[in-house]
Amino acid sequence: MVTANSELAYNSKIEGEVIVTKADAVINWIRTSSMWPMPMGLACCAIELMGVGASRFDIARFGAEVMRFSPRQADCMIVAGTVTYKMAAAVRRIYDQMSSPKWVIAMGACASTGGMYRSYAVLQGVDRIIPVDVYVSGCPPRPEALLDALIKLQAKVKREPSAKNLLSA
Amino acid sequence: MPAPAADATTALREKFPQATVRASLDHPAVNIPAADVSTVLKYLRDEAAFDMLVDVTAIDWAEGVSPRFTMVYHLLSTTYHTYLRVAADCVNDAEPSVPSVVSLWPGANWHERETYDMFGIKFEGHPDLRRILMWDGYPHFPLRKEFPLAGIETPLPDAEVSAETGANLIAAPMMGGPFVAAPGEINMTDAEPRAKDESWTEKREKPE
Repeated sequence: MVTANSELAYNSKIEGEVIVTKADAVINWIRTSSMWPMPMGLACCAIELMGVGASRFDIARFGAEVMRFSPRQADCMIVAGTVTYKMAAAVRRIYDQMSSPKWVIAMGACASTGGMYRSYAVLQGVDRIIPVDVYVSGCPPRPEALLDALIKLQAKVKREPSAKNLLSA
Repeated sequence: MPAPAADATTALREKFPQATVRASLDHPAVNIPAADVSTVLKYLRDEAAFDMLVDVTAIDWAEGVSPRFTMVYHLLSTTYHTYLRVAADCVNDAEPSVPSVVSLWPGANWHERETYDMFGIKFEGHPDLRRILMWDGYPHFPLRKEFPLAGIETPLPDAEVSAETGANLIAAPMMGGPFVAAPGEINMTDAEPRAKDESWTEKREKPE
């Protein structure tokens, strides 16, 4: 007599060692679940970024706690702070050194638009030199805002046609 | 025993007759010739107990005014807790220069580099006179009066990044920008009585 399968989870003893899914789903699941940030801390936003990493807000809940100070090992650059023209070349160079796939979060008013620094010394938005995926408003943003940005970025990554991009690359 | 600031000014003027009293609302202040900067400051440090150099900066009085640039040194006596301001007019208006005081206070190093960066005042005898905030090769001195509030378009410091991204250093006027409360027809003189010489903006010509 055959009974209905009441198992809620995947049971390898019954189903075998096979899962059917889409390549996009798997790749994006891997990418979103451990998005290692490259902390580009340039000003006071970096302090909030530290708060996000610490126990109260705990970015580890979203798999992004491994701050990599080497761009080679990072997936997501968090530009936290004022980007001066003098620093702009270094920011761009570090972005170029990150291996693909890579994403950028512009954290705070300065990184997004230059903020209150409409001056001869400050780049008017980091998106003038690197492509930005998510902008976070605030001066500085609350840690929750950065977590929200990370969740939004993960949602964005989940929509990417990764398998197609990989094959065509 | 060295004396506090008011007496120090008198003693200074006795020792250096070329020093004159400078009008000041807060601390005692003196004017000295630019050539005597090292001598006078060395005297103040060693014999008048002004052992701490608090600030080094400059004033640009505007184009066409002579002397155009004035160096300003703020000294503090850690013995008497008094301040003294020493000002020196730069002789050459086009290429101003003054003697460096890095040999007296090593802390003057970065102050003088910043003053050079912002005003273009050369410090003779400075061990490492490079720009400190802007990058080497930046063609302007941003705190000079001829530098417009709106800024000047310049290439990015890194030619490679500039070629890659097409970005350049843009003029970023405050007028019409995101942080101007009432853009357009605000009269700065009415809004801020202290800003009398700022009734002109990027849109309205400076009155002659």
